[in-house]
Amino acid sequence: MANKGFVISRLPGFNPIAGLVFAGLYLPILILVVYSFNAGRSVASWEGFSLQWYAVAWENDAVKDATIRSLYLAASAAVISTVLATLAALGTTRRKAFGGQTFIYVMINQPLMVPEIVSAVALLIFFAMIKQATGYAGMGYLIAAHSAFCIPFAYLPIRARLEGMDMTLETAAADLYASTWQAFRFVTLPLLLPGIFAGMMLAFVTSLDDVVITVFVKSAGQDTLPTYMLGQIRRQVTAEINAISTVLLALTVLLLTLFFVLTRKKDE
Amino acid sequence: MTDSIAVEARHVVKAFGQGDTAVRALDDVSVNIRTGEFFTLLGPSGCGKTTLLRLIAGFEMPSAGAILLEGADITTLPPNKRPVNTVFQSYALFPHLTVAENVGFGLQMLGRPKAEVAATTARMLALVKLEALAGRKTSQLSGGQQQRVALARALAPAPKVLLLDEPLSALDLKLRKEMQIELKRLQLETGITFIFVTHDQEEALTMSDRIGVMSAGKLQQVGTPKDIYNHPVNRFVASFIGESNFLPATREGDRYRLDCGALIAAPAAKAARVTLTVRPEQVRLAAAGDTDAIPATITNLVYFGTDTHCHLALSDGTEVVARLQSPATGDAGLRIGQPVGLRFVPEAIQVLED
Repeated sequence: MANKGFVISRLPGFNPIAGLVFAGLYLPILILVVYSFNAGRSVASWEGFSLQWYAVAWENDAVKDATIRSLYLAASAAVISTVLATLAALGTTRRKAFGGQTFIYVMINQPLMVPEIVSAVALLIFFAMIKQATGYAGMGYLIAAHSAFCIPFAYLPIRARLEGMDMTLETAAADLYASTWQAFRFVTLPLLLPGIFAGMMLAFVTSLDDVVITVFVKSAGQDTLPTYMLGQIRRQVTAEINAISTVLLALTVLLLTLFFVLTRKKDE
Repeated sequence: MTDSIAVEARHVVKAFGQGDTAVRALDDVSVNIRTGEFFTLLGPSGCGKTTLLRLIAGFEMPSAGAILLEGADITTLPPNKRPVNTVFQSYALFPHLTVAENVGFGLQMLGRPKAEVAATTARMLALVKLEALAGRKTSQLSGGQQQRVALARALAPAPKVLLLDEPLSALDLKLRKEMQIELKRLQLETGITFIFVTHDQEEALTMSDRIGVMSAGKLQQVGTPKDIYNHPVNRFVASFIGESNFLPATREGDRYRLDCGALIAAPAAKAARVTLTVRPEQVRLAAAGDTDAIPATITNLVYFGTDTHCHLALSDGTEVVARLQSPATGDAGLRIGQPVGLRFVPEAIQVLED
């Protein structure tokens, strides 16, 4: 037999290890999804197929309220962070290298590195000061906090797209009488759109499932879906939680699939 | 063609980097490009030809000197304010637009009425014979078709000068020959001044009205293809365009003594020590021992079909190549090691003083 060189899938134990890892990753999720269709109350013993927990969740006003708040918050944070991330990406790629570039880059991606609990405590204290001074206790705090930690998630795909773009296209636009704004509006922006959408989706998903910062920053009566679920689990565990989680999972999978479709390199 | 000047470069310097590490991509270049001519900037890569083109387009600013367009100083004008368009080496077609939208882009940016944009786009597509592909995305086109779109797009706004940055280098040989003829036709039909950058001497010779030969950031010689080929001003031009023989010689009165001892007549020069240059096709073979023929030995014979390159060594070791037309029988009766005589066609000898 010809020696085909090093192939990782031929190493002894490759298949069992791979199987174990995937089982560890997806079995719990699979069980969660399966038990969301359980006819009984238990999240551990199977009593037959039913959609009752989806109906219960759908009828629950607290769930509805938290869902609407979560979607509103995630949408606001996604839009704000994407706009800021687009500007940041343009600022860090469409100019000559400058001193402190790496520093700026690290600063933009800071939320990825600072422990979330630290940001949460810092925001709690900071926002408490503002609350005391202004008396404002609305959704603004949550939107601001979520926008901030979503920026790196929106920034990375946009920056990747900009770096992969042929700079000659902008030069060509300028050569063909486009002003700086026209070149951006008619050439850079249309080519950047897939990256912007991808960034926005990633930001949306990130905001949607955040717990730590949300718990610290939210005022009374500002439960999002994840914080509502956390509260419920403390009291009693029913398969309603499974149903909500499954819907959330489905939404996330859908958005991430869209993200991969948009960021995939087109083989044109 | 008139004698008015389309583009003038005045003592243009372009340095990249700073201080001791600065590199002069252009070192005091001055040139006049006439209205309506096909002017080629020819030189090896890194000679500064593309930099000069980018300065005329406005993509970069010169470190010193001035660029004039029809007598007006445009040195500091941004590219979108210059009535000059570029055909890029990579074509740089907009991938999100159709062929027609690409061609109409310049006019649209100039704010021309829709009807005019549509009419001019149609006319340009007809000019490059791409009417059938107007609605296609540019990624669906072949390299040759993309090239034509790039040309139509740059010609559509009717620029005063069209700049072409090695536009044919990505095409295969056959397509390149076709596009050479096509470019020349477009230039004659539109009457627009073309400034064409290439490193391909054959392309330059066949297409240009005049050629500017560049090397190491300096313009070495400007002239018609015939001028440049027959009367190169220095060794670089003589060796870069076509092939040449170089023979070191010392002036003796009005004649020159080659290092092998032979004495030959050539135009007068100031320097005592010069280099004589002769094209291989201007070298003739004679019988060994023939009077006033220079004795030489055949060191190699290379057959090219229509002609044969005969490599010869003079008595001092200087190598000379003679290009001989292949005889009908296919055998000129020459053998390696054979002693022969050689003569240069007298009016074909050039004297280089550097």
